[in-house]
Amino acid sequence: MHPSTWLKADDTGLYCEPGEFYIDPMHEVATALVTHGHADHARAGHHNVYASKETLAIMQTRYGENMATHQYAVTLGKTVAFNEVKATFYPAGHILGSTQILIEYAGYRVVVSGDYKRRHDPTCPPFEVVPCDVLITEATFGLPVFRHPPIEHEIEKLLHSLRVFPQRCHLVGAYALGKCQRVILALREAGYTKPIYLHGAQLKLCHLYEQLGIDLGELIPVSDVADKKTLAGEVVIAPPSALADRWSRSLPNVRPVMASGWMQIRARAKQKNAELPLIISDHCDWPELIQTIEEVNPKEVWVTHGREDALMYQAEKMGFKARALSLVGYDEEDQGGN
Amino acid sequence: MEAFSSLLEQLYYTSGTKAKAQLIANYIANTPDPDRGWAIAAMAGTLRFDFFKRNTVKNLITEHTDPELFAMSYDYVGEVSETVAHLWPYSEPTDSLPSLTEVVETFSSVSKNKVSETLANYLTIMTPAQRWALLKLGTRGLRIGVSARSIKQILADYGNKDVKEIETLWHAVTPPYTEMLAWLEGDADKPDIENAVTFHPVMLSHPIEDSDIDAFEDNTWQIENKYDGIRVQLAVKSERSATKKTANKNASQSSDEDTPDRALFSRTGDDISHSFPDLLDTVDGNMVLDGELLVIHNLEGGANNATSSQPDVDTFNALQQRLNKKKPSKALQASLPVGLIVYDALVLDGKDLTEKTLKERRHALNKWFQHNKSERLFLSETLSATSPESLRELHAHVCQNRAVEGLMLKRLESKYIPGRPKGQWFKWKRDPLVVDAVMMYAQRGHGKRSSFYSDYTFGAWEDNQLLPIGKAYSGFTDEELKKLDNWVRRNAVGRFGPVLEVKKELVLEVAFDAVHPSSRHKSGVALRFPRIHRIRWDKPADEADTLANVKALIES
Repeated sequence: MHPSTWLKADDTGLYCEPGEFYIDPMHEVATALVTHGHADHARAGHHNVYASKETLAIMQTRYGENMATHQYAVTLGKTVAFNEVKATFYPAGHILGSTQILIEYAGYRVVVSGDYKRRHDPTCPPFEVVPCDVLITEATFGLPVFRHPPIEHEIEKLLHSLRVFPQRCHLVGAYALGKCQRVILALREAGYTKPIYLHGAQLKLCHLYEQLGIDLGELIPVSDVADKKTLAGEVVIAPPSALADRWSRSLPNVRPVMASGWMQIRARAKQKNAELPLIISDHCDWPELIQTIEEVNPKEVWVTHGREDALMYQAEKMGFKARALSLVGYDEEDQGGN
Repeated sequence: MEAFSSLLEQLYYTSGTKAKAQLIANYIANTPDPDRGWAIAAMAGTLRFDFFKRNTVKNLITEHTDPELFAMSYDYVGEVSETVAHLWPYSEPTDSLPSLTEVVETFSSVSKNKVSETLANYLTIMTPAQRWALLKLGTRGLRIGVSARSIKQILADYGNKDVKEIETLWHAVTPPYTEMLAWLEGDADKPDIENAVTFHPVMLSHPIEDSDIDAFEDNTWQIENKYDGIRVQLAVKSERSATKKTANKNASQSSDEDTPDRALFSRTGDDISHSFPDLLDTVDGNMVLDGELLVIHNLEGGANNATSSQPDVDTFNALQQRLNKKKPSKALQASLPVGLIVYDALVLDGKDLTEKTLKERRHALNKWFQHNKSERLFLSETLSATSPESLRELHAHVCQNRAVEGLMLKRLESKYIPGRPKGQWFKWKRDPLVVDAVMMYAQRGHGKRSSFYSDYTFGAWEDNQLLPIGKAYSGFTDEELKKLDNWVRRNAVGRFGPVLEVKKELVLEVAFDAVHPSSRHKSGVALRFPRIHRIRWDKPADEADTLANVKALIES
């Protein structure tokens, strides 16, 4: 039976009928398989949740210990059965704990890639190529204009700016889960050993990362700094929304920096009032998307989550059958860890 | 080219005039001639020619990438230069990028059929940011949030001069401004502009307020029709008889050519002489006149008998066919001849009048018109009113004439002060026409609005069908834009390439200056300068205006 008859997108998410489970549902359901902890994939209130142990920890941090009635930590590569359906989680390389899910049923193998990237990320194991009949891929940056430069290059832009403007507080807008920690680690890898200051919204997840064994160096909450003037020339990381709000006015001579894949497009960076845009993404850029389709080499590509048109066009050009799969809760304007 | 690209990059992301000025001043101080002069020209918009056409760029990119993917990318990015900068397929980073001057010289000398190849070679050795800079530079589409006026101020500050000195020099010096920069740095005398025709910054008006009308007093104001053409400045320094002149097109060759002895400038100082040889060929003297350029049909009635003959003025629509024509054909010049309605003079017979009052200037202008004949120059008619009431009546009266846009009120005691001095000159436009139309389609905007659905096509009802009557992309605030964008995304019902069709539910109150019959639109009408006046979130779509209502506003 072709997967399009038993794996369908509805108002809640992607539903596997014979297995009676949803993948990344937006509403409370009986059984949810969750690819990773970003809010547009992981919600609270399900009866049963299956996810990596890191993802469960992230969900607990965000939604409390009781974020679901039953929580099942899956082992990567080990199969779980749901009726006749077999599900296996594999690393996706997107953020800490992120997975793709292989679903096997009626002789078909479908991979739901979730969000993923192909670059090195010290917080998670790399994306694994899982052979399948149908690859469901995201297309957040599914246009050939998107080519993310190496993260070292972008971090050097930040370090350069710190040297040129030593009197300005460099306020980096970065999503609290994944992006924030990746920026911190890249700074550390580039030899930046000074304390990094954090907006309150970044704290809990940074602590979780540290509990899970990822060393982020010295972090200081901005709220603990009595004299905010001393933050001149320092790096402060806050959620993107905090760049424009009242909170940032207490900081001295702010230089707004934004870390996001969208920063590649000038007008986007301008709209976010970024003076220093850093193109840092936890998603695939265009060449990575193409590389993945080539390597996975499925019979069909289902494209979701972003600029489907171009990737479908490209996949068909490469000889794959392609279709769009529109999922709820995913809008291009979402800030979810881009 | 590296330094220039890096300057643009920094300017683009820097907000704040002061910070931008600082960046530019640093660049000028640290960049050698003639590179810095070309950069100034690029930023101030004084490069006189396109290195390549937008179409050349589009053709190149479709040759080098998949046209479908380009189209989808462009739709998303919202700007050709940036899309091309990212999509250009090859990159062989090189240490030996050409200098800005080399780039300018190459494009000014390369033969037409090599332009495309030259551009492609450059793009290939550049980074995306450098490509973007080159494409913006080459199509003269640089928008960096720094006006030509600010550039002059920056130069003045750089050389510790008064900005007025720069302004008088500005139109007499040409890129790469080596002499001017040497003067600013104290290494040379001020460039000699004795014989050059230069632009004088113009005096502008404020929109009139009710309180200004109430305060109106007799014998204080010069009242004139506000004509519906374009504001121009005619500068002439020729005592010889008029001979045919053409403005030099190519900046880099300007020094080899005769300096032109006459020029027509737009309000902002753009030299538009090349479009209007018919006007320029007929004028002579040593003067700078301020006036309205219009298509005028009874030219034989010109200045030799100015008091009895009024110009037979055509519509703005007619004038539009003469604008931006680099080389207007003889036939076009004959069918749509242009003339100038003169309302002020900055210089007459070589004498500067800007320190005189309007009353005195007008007196001098009257006398000048009596002695100088030109079939293309008309003296603007002055009107009279004695009280606020009679002024209001006069306004209502002149607005019945659709060739007139309203009234101008100028204080008789006003000196000619460049810029927009307070309380001196007022414009009193006719009230705009408005209709309630229904949004039909939306398209993503460009530039800073890229990714926002900011261009709206709207329609009026005919029977039970909406017919598109126009498109507007201004008149709303950034806040309203966000709401409109959001509404469009939630109410899309179809897609045609970059265009979203929306539910026919949102009423837009559209303001515009005029309606013309049009065969290009299915509705049969075209609106002049439509803009969103109000968003009628409250109004049901079936209560919007009908096409018949719109057609009733067509002027006969």
